[in-house]
Amino acid sequence: MQRKDLLGLKDVSQEEILSILQTASQMKQILKSGNKKTPHLQGKSVVTLFYENSTRTRVSFDLACKYLSASSSNVSASSSSVSKGETLLDTARTLDRMEVDILIMRHPMAGAPHLMAKHVKAGVINAGDGMHEHPTQSLLDMMTIKEKFNSLDGLKIAIAGDILHSRVARSNIYGMTTMGAEVHIAAPKTMLPYGIEELGAKVHRNVDDAVVGANVIMGLRIQKERQSAGLFPSIREYHKYFGIDENRVELADKDVMIMHPGPVNRGAELNSMVMDMDRCVIDEQVTNGVAIRMALLFMMTRPHNN
Amino acid sequence: MKKILIQNANIICAKNIINKKADLLIEEDKIKLIDINIKCDDADIIDAEGLTLTPGFVDMHCHLREPGFEYKENIFTGSRAAAKGGFTSIACMANTNPVNDNPAVTVSIVETAKTDSVVNIYPIGAITKNLEGKELVEMGMMKDTGCVAFSDDGKGVSSSKMMYNALQYASQFDLPIISHCEDKLAEGGCINEGIMSTKLGMPGINRAAEEIMVFREVSLAEALNTKVHIAHISTKGSTEIIRNAKKRGVKVTCETCPHYIAGTEQMTEDYDTSTKVNPPLRTEDDRSAIIKGLADGTIDAIATDHAPHHIDDKLVEYQLAAMGISGFETAFSLCYTYLVDTGIIKLEKLIELMCVNPSKILNITSGTLSIGEKADVVLIDEKAKHKVDVQSFVSKGKNNPFDGWDITGRIQMTLVNGKIVYKA
Repeated sequence: MQRKDLLGLKDVSQEEILSILQTASQMKQILKSGNKKTPHLQGKSVVTLFYENSTRTRVSFDLACKYLSASSSNVSASSSSVSKGETLLDTARTLDRMEVDILIMRHPMAGAPHLMAKHVKAGVINAGDGMHEHPTQSLLDMMTIKEKFNSLDGLKIAIAGDILHSRVARSNIYGMTTMGAEVHIAAPKTMLPYGIEELGAKVHRNVDDAVVGANVIMGLRIQKERQSAGLFPSIREYHKYFGIDENRVELADKDVMIMHPGPVNRGAELNSMVMDMDRCVIDEQVTNGVAIRMALLFMMTRPHNN
Repeated sequence: MKKILIQNANIICAKNIINKKADLLIEEDKIKLIDINIKCDDADIIDAEGLTLTPGFVDMHCHLREPGFEYKENIFTGSRAAAKGGFTSIACMANTNPVNDNPAVTVSIVETAKTDSVVNIYPIGAITKNLEGKELVEMGMMKDTGCVAFSDDGKGVSSSKMMYNALQYASQFDLPIISHCEDKLAEGGCINEGIMSTKLGMPGINRAAEEIMVFREVSLAEALNTKVHIAHISTKGSTEIIRNAKKRGVKVTCETCPHYIAGTEQMTEDYDTSTKVNPPLRTEDDRSAIIKGLADGTIDAIATDHAPHHIDDKLVEYQLAAMGISGFETAFSLCYTYLVDTGIIKLEKLIELMCVNPSKILNITSGTLSIGEKADVVLIDEKAKHKVDVQSFVSKGKNNPFDGWDITGRIQMTLVNGKIVYKA
């Protein structure tokens, strides 16, 4: 892998995605083995710099570092414009001069990792920037799909929910279409961004149309504060029209896989019955998340990678 | 008596319709004579062979940042940047600190301009105290101390009732209200709502946020039979609303800016914060509608909305970055490149947009070449092709998204009140 940073999947090739997924399945074996300590990242230093709360992504990266013997530190920072004492770039430069090899960054504003990547010599992994991209989530989603279907080529993948605010949706539209899948989306009109079809997705008026014959159904997290912002009237209406229940699952292919980036609001994006189905792979996604992050950390710290 | 004789210039003047190679004689601070082969032994000679002479440009909308934000710009640097851009008269907006919302601040700007400025500076007062949209400023007294118009630029007046009052009250003193049209719909947005906001994952500003307010101002001006001037229009819809209003005889005028003539939302691709401006850069469709509006007279003026910022305000996350473009030094060349060089309008028309009409709207005596008037003139090399280089800006603000672009038409010399204030 010849790149300094991973900021998004928009311009990542099929070949590169495949090689990441392949490395990740090797990493998964380490993860599943009794001895989760390898020297892959020995002598390397990684910092997670999170300007936004996160549990699973952060722990996932942190454990990936530890399993591979990297020295890792976690920094939580505030992104509020006025109260913030230090600029993003000053923070980045400080960490850079501590000879950090990889900076993993989450930020509530799109483009923040791009700004940072331009000014540090460390490699930057985008762990989610605003409503823009979340490439490692998409990679773990693709890994999970590929494990079951062997390939993404020709699959019909339905994504339902708040597309507007979703970086997971954008990265998945880019990544999955690159891998040959068809991405079908459905969302309340208030949460459907202008021109999203130009990114490669097929847009449907309702969730039923999006999930018919789908091989994969993915729900997206709905933030409850979107209700007070006037984007939807109530959770029960949201669930009725845009949530995934067993009836909608029936419309999909019989081998359909149910996914969700987590954490789930039970009864909103997915109901509990769907969540407890065997075909619901949310737990597997979490495991694969660690494997994907191990793979990326390893690949981005190889000597030939610059 | 100091005399300057500019020889062999291609003189363009919208008022007297002189459009031939001629000489222009300046005596002291005034234009003494415009003729072919003027003889004058005791004058300093400027050979303008191959150059075009026009009235100095009038910018009816800029931000000089003084008082309060001198780290971004001040009257000294801003006026020199203006001169470099060919501007001889500029009107500065009220969103300083303190806000220009009382006669004392106006006086301080006028007095500082006397010592620090190389161009004529006309302050624009706020419409409401502290730009809060609640109480009117002392328009009469501020007019007496030098304000030529009123605007809550940067914020806009959200209450229709307040704007209703402001339009009527200002009309009493025969001063224009300049409306920054931005509905609350724009809140939180940082680029045009469209394919780029979707791709970049940034909150968008729908065109309706501008158009709703343009519509409102037109309705108020029509209902009250007062004048209103709309600042920096950027959308096709705004152009259409104003075109229709003018047809009905509504006393509405408007301006657009060089960046809406030359730029589109596509420029935001790399999260380059120098593209962040309010209203935001729009689509190609809007850009062509703006150009059409300029050509057919719907849009009366081109103003820079020169909004210099310090690098600290721009080298941050896009959403946190300050809005604005440092525009004095690229304004003419961008307009020339995209309007005149492309054959859409003639240079005479551009002069009307950049000199004659803004002077009329602000009711100031500038923008024409008339015998006996102040000698505010600019010499232009229409053929000069060059590259924008923000590092060479005189303005403290280097925030300009056209950095590196190839443009045509360069200011060679600017004279204000008969004095050379800029020379390339």
